[in-house]
Amino acid sequence: MLVAGKACLILALAVCLYGIGASLYGARTRRREWVASGRRAVYALAGTAAVAFVALEAAFLRSDFSFALVTSHSSTTTPAFYRATAVWSSQEGSLLLWLLLLSLWSSLILFVTRRRLREIAPYATAVLLGLGAFFAAMLVFLESPFDRTVGPLPAEGAGLNPLLRHPSMMIHPPMLYSGYTLFAVPFAFAVGALVARRLNADWIRSTRPFTLGAWFFLGAGIVLGARWSYSELGWGGYWAWDPVENASLMPWLTGTAFLHSVMIQEKRGMLKTWNVSLVLATGVLAVLGTFLVRSGILDSIHAFGASTLGVPFLVLIVAMISGSIWLVSSRAAELRSDHRLDSLLSREAVFLLNNLVLVLLCVAIWWGTFFPLIAEAVTGRRASIGPPWFDRFTVPLTLVLVLLSGIGPLIAWRRATAANLRRNFSRPLAAALAALAIALVAGAGSQPDALIMFVLAGFVLGAVGQELVRGTRARRVMAREPVPLALVSLVRRNRRRYGGYLVHAGMAVLFVGIAASSSFADERDVELVPGQAARVGGYEIEYVRPTADLVAASNGRLERIDFGAEVRVTGDGRSRTLVTERSFFPSAGPMLGPVSRFFEGEATSEVGLDAGLRRDVWVSVAPDTRRLEPRVEEGDEVFAAAEDDLAPAERDALLAEALRGLVRSYADDPPPATFRLLVSPMVTWIWVGALIVFLGGLIALWPSPRAVSRRVTAAYAARVGREARAPV
Amino acid sequence: MDYLVILVVLALVVLFVSAPLRRRRAGEAAESAARADLEAARDAKYREIRDAELDYRTGKLSEVDWRALDRGLRAEAVAILRRLDDLESPTSGRDGRS
Repeated sequence: MLVAGKACLILALAVCLYGIGASLYGARTRRREWVASGRRAVYALAGTAAVAFVALEAAFLRSDFSFALVTSHSSTTTPAFYRATAVWSSQEGSLLLWLLLLSLWSSLILFVTRRRLREIAPYATAVLLGLGAFFAAMLVFLESPFDRTVGPLPAEGAGLNPLLRHPSMMIHPPMLYSGYTLFAVPFAFAVGALVARRLNADWIRSTRPFTLGAWFFLGAGIVLGARWSYSELGWGGYWAWDPVENASLMPWLTGTAFLHSVMIQEKRGMLKTWNVSLVLATGVLAVLGTFLVRSGILDSIHAFGASTLGVPFLVLIVAMISGSIWLVSSRAAELRSDHRLDSLLSREAVFLLNNLVLVLLCVAIWWGTFFPLIAEAVTGRRASIGPPWFDRFTVPLTLVLVLLSGIGPLIAWRRATAANLRRNFSRPLAAALAALAIALVAGAGSQPDALIMFVLAGFVLGAVGQELVRGTRARRVMAREPVPLALVSLVRRNRRRYGGYLVHAGMAVLFVGIAASSSFADERDVELVPGQAARVGGYEIEYVRPTADLVAASNGRLERIDFGAEVRVTGDGRSRTLVTERSFFPSAGPMLGPVSRFFEGEATSEVGLDAGLRRDVWVSVAPDTRRLEPRVEEGDEVFAAAEDDLAPAERDALLAEALRGLVRSYADDPPPATFRLLVSPMVTWIWVGALIVFLGGLIALWPSPRAVSRRVTAAYAARVGREARAPV
Repeated sequence: MDYLVILVVLALVVLFVSAPLRRRRAGEAAESAARADLEAARDAKYREIRDAELDYRTGKLSEVDWRALDRGLRAEAVAILRRLDDLESPTSGRDGRS
């Protein structure tokens, strides 16, 4: 299937190029059959990309080492789930996943709009196929996933990077890439609208589900990455302002801004220039995110130069930026607003401010991410920007954002009166005061930023609660329904509004978790021997005994050595046992001995975690393996001397015995181990808040039943009155 | 086997992508596209009408402001419905009959 896979990618590229030409020709000559053919090219791209992807997936699942990619990123000992998901652990596989997802979402939007947006869709098709052609070309000419293994087929592959053997880490890339590729849809339709000079809200309405879907998937990917970092990387944190993290956050921020500001364009015909610029920037940032991860530029500016993908990506990004700027500036007349801002005390004004804050956040993060790279390019030395720099800008901006997320639902469109404001703000302000009292009693007064966040979160939750209560009450008056049914009907008939409110509430809960865990965490690094204990955050943590294990895969191959510790955590009136481990995976390096390779490869951490609503107790261990070095060296020498005398099966059996001896010696006479102990309040609220956010996003995203479209004999006004009451 | 797969995929792609060119459908509706666009605009307008009423009932709009806004939105909705009706029967009068 190597040849078939390669051929599918070449065909995908050819289909993209044909489709671009057919769509543009059909648009310019108004010949519908060519436009339809261009649209079918997108469907065909999805088909060929899917065939290629399935071929690669099948190769991974059956461990076909004739595929160089399978040899370098999988093994027979890799569990089936990770073999299936190892496809996108590689550069080539992730590019193919990008192409597949782009083609699927493009097919969906073009199918849904096949009878609409006649003037815009062909240009959008061309843009989507242009992006497809870019990725297909990279797969064909630069990073083919269908290269054959050089030389004789190996009996075993290199295996999946152990750091990626975590469920959330394998779902994280498809989520992120779904987000990136979904943002390509509104980007393409914005370009189409600009080219066709059709700049009313039609294209926004049609692409909204895809924008919301992109926001949803990208957000889910970001949270999954944070969860993986917290539970897998052994440093105790969930966000480090790492460039890869920032790359996914930036388009999510501008996408969030766009989802808010388009409401203003839909209702009032305002902010056309701003909205189209925002969605174009989001599309560019989505490609930029892929560029950051794939180009090698994060290793160093020089690695970028050596990478095969860096320059093509840079060319694409420059083309997207310059094309966007030219289109927006040349369509200035059509982008003029239909109305002006009526009042600074209005939802429009709040949304504008919200947009400003989100864009400022993005700019700050962009600068912090790229400044080290720019500095290295200019001075030759790499500068370093760490979390304190980011926090200096993002913390105050986030506080303002949370405040606005509470004000937005309470304030009317166009103009709010003083009476409205009094009526709508009094209860949420009371909730904020209650939150202040609770936070002060709980001892949060020592951290002003965290205290402000708790108060603002109280305000937001009070605002959302008030909206739900009042909306339910209004629904009861209008439809005479009991309270539970009225609440369900209210949300069902106003999915976008109340889904959005739920998102705001979820974000408030999430930020409470971030504020509490980052401001009030207690952390210690200590060295302990069995029987010793340390105190942190009001808990006593005792190193009870070491754990040690040699783990083999189901086919008998030695997979890893685990050294860890069982610890007893005492506090809160109870005692429980946690286990934490460090797993050592063998390196494939040819110059390493059979015993030492286990300590020269990748290592992963399994943290001991006692999670709760009030606090998490988090423990990780870094075992000291230096005491084992003499035995490791001796083992290498023995095996080197006996290499010619041992059959492979004998060798493996003796190696297993030697490693078991090593493991036993660690367990019987453990050296002091270094522990990182962390007691972190309210971390669980971050994950709970994220779940609430995504529930709100799903509600907003869920399609409503179509309104009654059959026409009836009636006067227009009565018809509007009747049909407007049906959910849309 | 690989070459068979390639041939099949290639044939399918060519047939599928070229199908619209081989069966040029006459009179395919610019009208159906216009109807779909108008129906989407109508649905969006209905949503705005309901949103405005909900804003009034949850205390964000005064009754005076709501009624003014509601009148304007309903007038816009009526205009969309007229355009939809004109698409269906461009020679009929504006009597609202189907």
